[in-house]
Amino acid sequence: MTTMMNPYLPEIATVLEVIQETPNIKTFRVVLNNKDRMAKFKYEPGQVGQLSVFGVGEATFVINSPPTRMEYLQFSVMLTGEVTSMLHTLSPGDQVGVRAPLGNWFPYESMKGKNVVFIGGGIGMAPLRTLLLFMLDNRKDYKNISLLYGARSPEDMAFKYDLPDWSSRKDMTTVLTIDREAPGWEHKVGLIPNVLLEMNPSPKKTVAITCGPPIMIKFTLQALKKLGFEDDQIVTTLEKRMKCGVGICGRCNIGTKYVCMDGPVFTYAQLKELPNEL
Amino acid sequence: MMSAKYLAQGDLSAWLGALAQGRRVLVPVRENGAVVFRPYGPGVAPVLSRQADSPPKESVFPSTERLMEFSYSKDPENLGKVALDIKETVNAPATVVFGGRPCDARGFTVFDRVYDTKAIRDPYYAERRASTLFVTLACDAPETTCFCNSVGSSPVDADGSDVLLTPVEGGWLVEAVSERGKALLDAPALKDAPASAQEQAKAAQEAAVAAMPPAWDAAPAAAKLIEKFDDMGFWDNVSAKCISCGACTYLCPTCYCFTVTDERSGMKGERIRTWDTCMSFQFTLEASGHNPRPTKAYRLKNRVGHKFSYYPDIHKGPIACCGCGRCIKLCPVSVDIREIVRLAMELPTATAGKP
Repeated sequence: MTTMMNPYLPEIATVLEVIQETPNIKTFRVVLNNKDRMAKFKYEPGQVGQLSVFGVGEATFVINSPPTRMEYLQFSVMLTGEVTSMLHTLSPGDQVGVRAPLGNWFPYESMKGKNVVFIGGGIGMAPLRTLLLFMLDNRKDYKNISLLYGARSPEDMAFKYDLPDWSSRKDMTTVLTIDREAPGWEHKVGLIPNVLLEMNPSPKKTVAITCGPPIMIKFTLQALKKLGFEDDQIVTTLEKRMKCGVGICGRCNIGTKYVCMDGPVFTYAQLKELPNEL
Repeated sequence: MMSAKYLAQGDLSAWLGALAQGRRVLVPVRENGAVVFRPYGPGVAPVLSRQADSPPKESVFPSTERLMEFSYSKDPENLGKVALDIKETVNAPATVVFGGRPCDARGFTVFDRVYDTKAIRDPYYAERRASTLFVTLACDAPETTCFCNSVGSSPVDADGSDVLLTPVEGGWLVEAVSERGKALLDAPALKDAPASAQEQAKAAQEAAVAAMPPAWDAAPAAAKLIEKFDDMGFWDNVSAKCISCGACTYLCPTCYCFTVTDERSGMKGERIRTWDTCMSFQFTLEASGHNPRPTKAYRLKNRVGHKFSYYPDIHKGPIACCGCGRCIKLCPVSVDIREIVRLAMELPTATAGKP
C-alpha cells in the first residue's frame, strides 16, 4: 500500500540523526525505509508532513530541509504536547511514520526576480529555512535576500549550524537578534519588529516572508505596513491543530478554507479575506 | 424510477430474510426506549412507524474503526534494532440499511463530496459506501422537527437510496432507484405491483409532501452567516443554552468530523478513527494552548456556518444538512438550528464591537 491509495497510511522512516537545537527544540533527520520511494519523493518548500510515533499519535511539522537537498527529510520539533514529548525521546535508528508532503507551498515562482526579506521568530524559522536554502540553491533567480532571525536568547536560537554560512555569505544579509542582552552576544538586541524597522527594507519589488509566534507576527505585520509593504507582498504560514492533513477530518478550517489543503502558506491579502478565526 | 414491486406486510420478514443472506441487514429496532439501527435476525422486529432516534450513520462511517495495525519486532541479529510493520485494515461488509428515511440516506451524499473525490479517496469510507445499499421508507408522517423540504430535499426524496418503499394499502410499493437496488427486487417475497398500488403510492407521496410544515429557503443563509461572523453578540445569544454536549453532531446524518488516536500494548498497537465534534473545546485546541474557537459561541458558529455556508460554498450549492431534525428533537436544552439559521437571515447584523 502506498499513501497515494490510502491517504492515512504513513511511510515508515528511520531516524538518521537527532540534533538538540535549543533546550526545547530537537531536529530529526529521517529517511524513508523504502529506498525507491525516498529517491522519488517530491515536495515543495513550505509543505508539511505528519510525523507519527506509533502508539502515541501524529502531529504536523514543516519539512524544513529544501527539496534541493534530498539526503534526508528534516523536521524540527518544539516540545509542547504528547506527540512532541515522545518524539523528543527518539534516537538514531528509531522508526517513525511520515505522511508527506501535505498542503501548499511558498509561491517561489512568483518571487523570481524580486528581493526577499525573511523574518523568522523562534521555531517559526523552520519553514523559512526551507525556502531560504531553496533560494540559496537557486540563487540567480532572486535579487537581494535578507534574513532577520530572532529568538528569546542565544540558547533559543535554532539552526546554529547554518548561522556561520548565512552570516558570512556575500550574497545575503543576515541580522540576528535576541530579546535581551546576553554575555558573549555580538549581534542585535531587540524585538523583531523594532529591528525590522531599523533594517528599513524597501518594499519595492520585494516580498516579505514571516513566521513566528502570533504576537510576533502581529507586530511584524504592523512594521511591514509601516515600511510600505502591501498585503500581497507579505507571506506567512499558519499553524493549526490538524489530524487528517487532507481536508476531511474538519478541524483546521477557517470558514471555507482548510489550512491543511488551502494552506498552510497564505499571503496577508488572502488572510484578510478569510473570516477572523485565527 | 425503474421496475415497481409490491411487498405485502405479511411478507416483510421473508424479504428481510432473503436480503440477509450473506449480508448484514440493519433495521431500526427499539432498544432501551430509543429506536436505533441494529442487525436483523430471527425475532428482530423492525420499527417502521417512525424515524429512528439515531441515523444509520455507523453503517458506512462507524463511530470507532481501526485504520491500521502496527507491530514492532526485534531484529534477532541485533536486539537493539526494532523493525516496524504497518497493516491497513479496511473492513467493508456487504450491508443493506433497511427502513431508514430519505434524510438518512441523503446524509451520505454530503459525505461523498468530501470522502470520495477526484483528489482524495478515503478507502475506509469509499469501500463501505460501495458495499452498502439503502432501502428507504418514504416518510408519510413527518415530525414537528422535520425540515427536509427547506434544505433541498423532501419526505420522498430518493437521493442516496437504492430502493424506495412507499406505504400503500396492506404493504408497500417497492421501487428501485439505482441499478444496484434493482437486484434487490428479485425476490419471491415481492410481487408485481398492481396499478392500484402505484396510484396509492403516488397519492401517499403527495400527501407526505403536503404534510410537511411550509418550506422556507435556507440558501440565502450562506451569505448571511458570513456577514454575521464577527457579530459575537448574535452568536453568544443563540448559543446561550448550549451545553457543548455534542449530541447534535453525533446524531447528525451529515456530520463527518473525526479524530485519530493510537493505542499500543507491548509490541502491537492500532490507529483508530473515532467521531469527533466541533462542539468540543478540545477539537481545535492547539498544542501551544491557543484555541481559535475558545467559547461555545465560536463553536456553534462553526457548526451552523459549516452546514449552511462553507459547505454550500465549497461544493457549489448543496447544504450539509438533510433536515432530519434530530439535533433539535434530541438536544437536551432545545437548541434549534432552524431558529438560528432563520435569525441569521432575518436579524440585522451588528458591526459595533467588531474586533
